[in-house]
Amino acid sequence: MLLEVRNIDVFYGSIRALKDVSFTVEKGEIVSIIGANGAGKSTTLRAISGILRASSGSIIYDGHDITHTPPHLIARMGISQVPEGRGIFGNLTVQENLDVALSSVKDKKTAGPNQDKVFSLFPRLKERRRQISGTLSGGEQQMLAVGRGLMQNNPFMLLDEPSMGLSPVLVEEIFGIIVEINRLGKTILLVEQNAFKALSIAHRGYVLETGSLVLSGAAAELRNNPDVKKAYLGG
Amino acid sequence: MGQFLQQLINGIQIGSIYALIALGYTMVYGIVRLINFAHADIFMFGAYMGFFLAPVMTKIFGGAFIPTIIAAMLITGLLGFVMEKLAYRPLRYKSRLSALITALGVSIFLENFCALPFVFGPAYRAFPDLIVAGNLPISASLGLTIPYVLLLDVGVSVFLMVLLFWFVNKTLIGKQMRAVAFDKPTASLMGINIDVVISTAFIVGPALAGAGGILYGTTYGMLGSPFLGIWPGLKAFIAAVLGGIGNIPGAVLGAYVMGISEAFATSVNSNLGYGIAFVILIGILLIRPSGLLGKFMPEKV
Repeated sequence: MLLEVRNIDVFYGSIRALKDVSFTVEKGEIVSIIGANGAGKSTTLRAISGILRASSGSIIYDGHDITHTPPHLIARMGISQVPEGRGIFGNLTVQENLDVALSSVKDKKTAGPNQDKVFSLFPRLKERRRQISGTLSGGEQQMLAVGRGLMQNNPFMLLDEPSMGLSPVLVEEIFGIIVEINRLGKTILLVEQNAFKALSIAHRGYVLETGSLVLSGAAAELRNNPDVKKAYLGG
Repeated sequence: MGQFLQQLINGIQIGSIYALIALGYTMVYGIVRLINFAHADIFMFGAYMGFFLAPVMTKIFGGAFIPTIIAAMLITGLLGFVMEKLAYRPLRYKSRLSALITALGVSIFLENFCALPFVFGPAYRAFPDLIVAGNLPISASLGLTIPYVLLLDVGVSVFLMVLLFWFVNKTLIGKQMRAVAFDKPTASLMGINIDVVISTAFIVGPALAGAGGILYGTTYGMLGSPFLGIWPGLKAFIAAVLGGIGNIPGAVLGAYVMGISEAFATSVNSNLGYGIAFVILIGILLIRPSGLLGKFMPEKV
């Protein structure tokens, strides 16, 4: 088991955003967590990457308890998060965004080949490497956010709403790239409002509702579940 | 014409010293959103380090200026590092107002502690001569001369500013600083240790202020009292606001605008030299509150 989340609770002040959430991710999988806006999807990812703290329960990554590990060390241990709303550094150039992602990489010799890999997945980034990233289009910013995550060369990637705000063509493209990244050997935990797309590329899925996991199963199974269909797949 | 050029030159000289101080205000603000009022006193501390170290350095190295300024920068850098660790770090996740009030407290503490008789003492001190005194005549017909110390002030400031721009733009830690200034949680996801970056800002800014202190002592040849940082500090702070607080080139621009306007105002009336700083402050807050080079940033909630 690569990741095991055991009974975590997360609070924002006095509001309980996650209630007793438990799930697992196996090596090599794409796992999708779907749910409505405000269900706690991003909160779940932020608790794993260490930006938020679980007040109870534990998070085990690759045999290590990371529940209380600071985020920069979690990034160095092998987990990359592509944050919601892209979270690129708008004051830095495209190249500089990729450079700072290397902060989590011990062996800087891998940086060159890794960057070539990122540029071959996203040729647009190579064209625009000297541009200030705040001036990129939404789609390009999303590519940069994913590319930056790939620069870290971590085996496990957390993707937060990668399709948000993108045109249907770009959504297709970005999901294609996620599958490609998975094929290259990375394990992926994906949270999405676009439940149909998320379940169509995933191996397994979970449904999150107001802070609790209410359903789980193989992605195909969830896609055919009448409740899921009604609530998240538009009938 | 000669008078005009002479004031312009004077303004560039004092602007250079303001720039070194203003950079520290703006770097720290950019990263932790704190106006470090004690920064002015770090500048003072640097000037006093020059006073105490110059004779020692002369004995060891023969020449005094370069070893003295380097030693002063190291000491003020250390002071900034310790200050952040002891005073500001414990308040990192508390309200910003607490840190601001603490900064005022640290400032008052440093001034009064240093004024104690067994520390620096409250009395006037003559600053040792670190360079040869003299003037470079530029134009006899215009009556224009450039003192050597002016060339030193401008030269050292520009050198340090170029070094800082290289550091911030080209090194990994510099890029990390800019990333942290933009978005701390995401920066930590990149594997950036936020504490290290904040400490760096609290070392580099004060080191520049320390260099400014040495230049100040060399330029004016005296240290009035451990409260001497207040006015230059205030003017440099206004310069940072004028340029757009958090913006590094802005701080430099603001400092030169401040220095030059002050030189001209002083040539009219010496009290006006003090007043002009506030005229500029009120003006910029009315017309362009984000500063000359600053961007309007909506407060994140």
